[in-house]
Amino acid sequence: MSDTSTYGLMAEFDSAKELVAAAHKTHEAGYQKIDAYSPFPIEGLAEAIGFHKNRVPLVVLIGGLIGGISAYALQYWVAVITYPVNIGGRPYHSWPSFIIVTFELTILFAGLSAAIGMLVLNGLPMPYHPVFNVPEFAKASDNKFFLVVFSSDPKYDATRTRSFLTGLAPRMVAEVPS
Amino acid sequence: MATNTQIPVADRRVPVIAPGHTFSTITEKISNIVLSRPVSLGWIFGFLIVFSMMNVLMMALGYLFIKGTGIWGINIPIGWGFAIVNFVWWIGIGHAGTLISAILCLLRQSWRNSINRFAEAMTLFAVACAGIFPLAHMGRPWLGYWLFPYPNTMNYWPNFRSPLVWDVFAVSTYFTISLVFWFVGLIPDLATLRDRAESPLVRRIYGLLAMGWRGSARHWHRYETAYLLLAGLATPLVLSVHTVVSFDFAVGIVPGWHTTIFPPYFVAGAIYSGFAMVLCLAIPIRAIYGLQDFITMRHLENAAKVMLATGLIVAYGYGMEAFMGWYSGSQFDSFLLWNRFHGPYRLSYMALLACNIFIPQVLWFKKFRVSTGWLWLISFVVLVGMWLERFIIVVVSLSRDFLTSSFGMYYPTKWDWMTFAGTIGMFLTAMWLFVRILPMISIFELRTLLPESQVHEAAEVKQ
Repeated sequence: MSDTSTYGLMAEFDSAKELVAAAHKTHEAGYQKIDAYSPFPIEGLAEAIGFHKNRVPLVVLIGGLIGGISAYALQYWVAVITYPVNIGGRPYHSWPSFIIVTFELTILFAGLSAAIGMLVLNGLPMPYHPVFNVPEFAKASDNKFFLVVFSSDPKYDATRTRSFLTGLAPRMVAEVPS
Repeated sequence: MATNTQIPVADRRVPVIAPGHTFSTITEKISNIVLSRPVSLGWIFGFLIVFSMMNVLMMALGYLFIKGTGIWGINIPIGWGFAIVNFVWWIGIGHAGTLISAILCLLRQSWRNSINRFAEAMTLFAVACAGIFPLAHMGRPWLGYWLFPYPNTMNYWPNFRSPLVWDVFAVSTYFTISLVFWFVGLIPDLATLRDRAESPLVRRIYGLLAMGWRGSARHWHRYETAYLLLAGLATPLVLSVHTVVSFDFAVGIVPGWHTTIFPPYFVAGAIYSGFAMVLCLAIPIRAIYGLQDFITMRHLENAAKVMLATGLIVAYGYGMEAFMGWYSGSQFDSFLLWNRFHGPYRLSYMALLACNIFIPQVLWFKKFRVSTGWLWLISFVVLVGMWLERFIIVVVSLSRDFLTSSFGMYYPTKWDWMTFAGTIGMFLTAMWLFVRILPMISIFELRTLLPESQVHEAAEVKQ
């Protein structure tokens, strides 16, 4: 069924509520490969299009652990093994002094993982994307809401999917050239 | 529903966003400041002034690099002087930005949405100004990278038991995370600017920065998680930064430094001065750019209340220092107290008490909290007061330590003053450019404040 010259079909909506309702109906109608676009985060929209797997927290946890462990290991190695300096008779492994740098590097690595992980998992930066071929899509960062059924969806059919989307009462339905 | 423009906030309070706004009016109003508002003569004139001030900094630093720190008023016993006073002052100012963007985000204080962007920008610029001072103070700033642990031919490693090394990690992490947090917050708004820009070049620049953001539901979902986690990480970070800065003092044994109250007292003082700077900037900006709809009296009043509360914590800190001067029974601690009231720097201590404790008490009265003129004036007084606090901690403590033979005085030179004024110029130059090239209010977060953005009824249908 898939058609390589078409990326999918796009429907435009006026409000966040309409978009969430339409996304629910489309997902329930059996379409798997769909996406919704909005000018601000909408509660429940990701669930409505069947997106549940969010791995950002795991990435942040791993980043934070790497930061913390490597910071402590570095300090231990420096202060105890490679460059031991006797300062006022304090033990070489004076762990309370090492907590602050360990803490700071945990935060640094976790924070960078959050930002970079979010971008990488989102596939950004992405210099070209077909949805921008539809002129109306410029309003997706202003006040309009969009739903796209991808042509790679097994249930996708140019005419039937178009009539299904029209049945959701959108402002318009447009073909997205790839 | 769509016609209902009432904002769900408690009765009798000024709303966080003026009634009558829709998604498109918010987008238009904020993005037009960047995209289509003509550059006014006032902006150019102001820019010339602050840019000249920034060039004073360049001259002061250039001469410093040629001659060395001897051009400053520092000497033994007062080796820290203006450089450290200004470092602590600027770092403290940055704290309000992170408090607004991270802590108030976790506490679900939605009023923060209209002031977090420029407060975060303020944080970045303030930390950049702060960073100049310890580097310049090192004497050989071109060797600044020696502070970081890296394998080198000298076979040398930093001493991780030293608070000054902790400071390097705390401040550099703080700057990095503030930058990341700010930029992540900007991505969706950069996409808005990209989609609205008329000129192809401008569109290309914002397009590059927006990295292809298209507002996909999957992206928003990960984005919100990442943003929330960043807020959660920045919250302990901001509290740790001034704590670590206070360790630079508290770990030393000089009377006036060696106290356990320093970490909380420094953090409260930082937020105090930071909110004062937020008000000093927000009041003129909202008037010039007509943003009273988004930065309402409610924001200014809330900021004033935070200032009052943190000011009281600072007052408690002063009170506790005075109490310990008496209660500890230590002759050095009681001399410290006597010296502050009667010593050569007594006038600066009196001014400190007036600026930080007595004058801000007028904020108990609503009349002063809702008058922009008064608020601006009080904020300015607090900024001066907090600078004096750092001066007293650094200079007055060092000027009178344990032995009379090592007593001394500190007189800042013109180079000290030029460097300080220069960083103010640098900070304002950055702010001047920021308000014209980036959206100074978070557009997408303001959209979520409108009732139309809520889909609770639709969510109930699902369940």
